[in-house]
Amino acid sequence: MEFLITTVVAYLVYLLLTIGSGTVALWSTAELIIGAVLAVVVGAVLRNRFIGKDLRMLNPKRWFIFLVYLFPFVWAMARANIDVAYRVITGRINPAIVKIDPKLKNDMSLTILANSITLTPGTLSVDVRPETNELYVHWINVDPEVLKDMPRDYHPICGSFPDWARRIAG
Amino acid sequence: MTALNVATYVFIGIGLFFNYVGAFGLHRFPDVYTRLHAATKCTTFGSIFLILAVVMQSAGMWAVEGTHSPQSIMTIHSLLALVALMVTNATGAHAMARAAHRSGEKPARAVVDDLEKKEND
Repeated sequence: MEFLITTVVAYLVYLLLTIGSGTVALWSTAELIIGAVLAVVVGAVLRNRFIGKDLRMLNPKRWFIFLVYLFPFVWAMARANIDVAYRVITGRINPAIVKIDPKLKNDMSLTILANSITLTPGTLSVDVRPETNELYVHWINVDPEVLKDMPRDYHPICGSFPDWARRIAG
Repeated sequence: MTALNVATYVFIGIGLFFNYVGAFGLHRFPDVYTRLHAATKCTTFGSIFLILAVVMQSAGMWAVEGTHSPQSIMTIHSLLALVALMVTNATGAHAMARAAHRSGEKPARAVVDDLEKKEND
């Protein structure tokens, strides 16, 4: 199973990279054959490395949720850029490094969350504590209300992104 | 075709503006973390628009020239570059911020530093 998935993914990437090389659909016959051979080799070598034991990302429902997630994500990204542009021009910053506990269980969802945090308004993920899955986030404009109690509320910092990450890969 | 050209120019303008803001932020901000804010967010967003402008132009030519046009290479490779950019930019910023904090760089004007407390524990 792992061999099959790795081979198919490798072949798809090869096809994307060699698109436009000929006239069988969009590829030349030579590229199709070489790609298949190389994909089998890659699948045989990397079958235990590429996905490990976890097959949950195969579920097409998770891919669909990921595509839906791109819309609020791009919207947050646009706001992030206007926010940074405002701070670049006015120089108004009030930064801190805060610890949040997004209560995520696995590496994939934590990666999605950390990358989303970096690209969305006012926050940048700095460090992670792997044993408890807590994130340390550099926050450019601190809300003093959040700093009062110690298990910090993550909603003012990263909104509903932890819930999205849990739905995609949790 | 003209509507496509106008949209392309608008996208290039937006992309250049945000890339400029990112470069300007590198000069304005006081320390490495805030500079990373400017450098990652703005350059990623600006580059998305620049790449989308390339994709629109090449996809337009692909549609005109037919299925076997070499413009398909440009379109698909630009989209692949976009995906790679969005993943690696955020990850690279994270790596730089972590390395900076581990080598003792303090966030300028910081109110709270939870990570500092963890290292002192």
